[in-house]
Amino acid sequence: MTEVFAMNDVCKTYPGAPPVRALAAVTLKIHAAERTVVLGPSGSGKTTLLHVAGTLERPTSGSVTIGGEEVSRLSDAQLSRVRAHRLGFVFQQFHLLDHLDAVQNVALGLLYRGVRAGDRRAAAIAALDRVGLGHRLAHRPAQLSGGERQRVAIARAVAGRPDVVFADEPTGNLDSAAGAEIIGVLAGLADDGTAVVVVTHDQAVAAAMQRHVTMRDGHVVDDDGTVCS
Amino acid sequence: MRAGDLVLGGLLSLRARKLRAALSALGIAIGIAAGVAVLGISASSKADLLSQLGAEANLLTVSAGQGIDGSPAPLPLTAEAMIGRIPPVESVTAIGYVPGAAVLRTDLVPAIDSGGISVLAAQPGLLRTLGGSVAHGTFISAATERYPAVVLGAVAARTLGIDRVLPGTQVYLDGRYFTVIGILRPVPLAPEIDEAALVGFPVANALLALGGHPTELYLRAFPDQVQAVASVLSFTANPAQPEGVQVSRPSSILAARAAAGTAFTGLFLALGAVAVLVGAVGIANIMVISVLERRTEIGLRRALGAARWHVGTQFLVESLLLSALGGVAGVLLGAAATFGYAIEAGQPAVLPAVAAIAGLGVAVGTGALAGAYPALKAARLAPADALRAV
Repeated sequence: MTEVFAMNDVCKTYPGAPPVRALAAVTLKIHAAERTVVLGPSGSGKTTLLHVAGTLERPTSGSVTIGGEEVSRLSDAQLSRVRAHRLGFVFQQFHLLDHLDAVQNVALGLLYRGVRAGDRRAAAIAALDRVGLGHRLAHRPAQLSGGERQRVAIARAVAGRPDVVFADEPTGNLDSAAGAEIIGVLAGLADDGTAVVVVTHDQAVAAAMQRHVTMRDGHVVDDDGTVCS
Repeated sequence: MRAGDLVLGGLLSLRARKLRAALSALGIAIGIAAGVAVLGISASSKADLLSQLGAEANLLTVSAGQGIDGSPAPLPLTAEAMIGRIPPVESVTAIGYVPGAAVLRTDLVPAIDSGGISVLAAQPGLLRTLGGSVAHGTFISAATERYPAVVLGAVAARTLGIDRVLPGTQVYLDGRYFTVIGILRPVPLAPEIDEAALVGFPVANALLALGGHPTELYLRAFPDQVQAVASVLSFTANPAQPEGVQVSRPSSILAARAAAGTAFTGLFLALGAVAVLVGAVGIANIMVISVLERRTEIGLRRALGAARWHVGTQFLVESLLLSALGGVAGVLLGAAATFGYAIEAGQPAVLPAVAAIAGLGVAVGTGALAGAYPALKAARLAPADALRAV
């Protein structure tokens, strides 16, 4: 299986007194179409793992490889290009822009790729169809339910067909019914070859994923991804 | 990312906060409007003056002054005829000041309440030389100059409370009634005419003891010969006492008055600049607040692949749009003020293109300055930090 993303011996330390070690020698490889959940108690380094893996933060040491390219030494503009073309993000708070409708919010996911406005719109409509929101195109976030908002956010993450989608507590702000809906949508992404990495406390999410990585105090303490690692 | 995307994104973002955008653009709009209006109004006044000067710049006046010893040096009776013989002189006309003559509405008014109206003897050709015109009635003619008929200047008529010429309208002039036969429109180049009651030379000599001596001559020279004519006037008018002759060019007085009028332009422009500066501080303030409020949006955009410069440019473009909006509104307001003022003042309305362009330029430049720091602040925000802020 194609490796889409790898972390080798990654450490992340935040300065302070005393310094906080959020990631300690983490090594993790993710393959195409793999469904991975990262579990662990609060403060175990899950979100930091996601930020470092998603190039939103630079590791203190170790290397991060995305699509075969070592990204630790790339410039800000090059890293941004990697995020625009290869990565997608889904957040607990959805982070939709209130003044834009669903299509415009999803199209924003392609803005920094240099895609033309018409093509952005077409891809956004296709992505919304894919998450089952083809009938809510012109609705603004305030007119959508929590589950629908998160589906818009997922559509935004996958509109550009990224290699990996990182989701940070995607069901954290949803009731269990809406959460189940979102789990279904996220799990379904892998069917198209997109790797999905979900960071969560939610056991229902864990049950829907094939690979389980458990973290504690910045270390990966358990990884059942024997098939793919 | 394309320029169109940046502008559209900026507009959508401003539309989401309409009232805030309008209020922060208002400061710039007021400043630019003040600047454009000041430049427009001063250009309109200048255009009006130039149109007056264009017609009047060849007018010269010759008046009786004092001799070397300080004694009065009246103009000789021949002065008018002599000046008329200077080849480049188109026309010449004389007036004679009648000292001590009061003009009253009736003989019941005390002589001390003359209202400052002077009595001048004038020739039928006066209006042609001065470029003046009659508002009501007629001017002194060869037929009426020998009779007690009077033509009132615009201010004199208002002072006496006479606004039209009716048969039998009379004023009490130096002890006898004169019939009012005309009222003049204001003569900008010779304000002394406005405040005078004009009678014919023959009647002034006969009834008011003028003695025939003119006190002032108005003449028109060919426009390209004005200086040359002015240089020989004193010798021609009074060969015996050339030093007792004063020669002046009324258009230069108008020009000086105009220069004094524009002295305030700089002050008003400075006030406009202060308003623009205050507007710029307002925009900078709003943009800084906007960066703080939209931290998560910045984090999201970074996660979606926006580089630092994308985020910085986005905030800079919003600031530029705000100030450009203010600039356009300001130019329109300033233009409206200019046209309103010009119509009110009866002047030609002139809005210099440079005022409109400079107005927009200043507005956009201000927006760039005001937006630079917030844009830099937004660009420097680390994506993970921005996403953590809730």
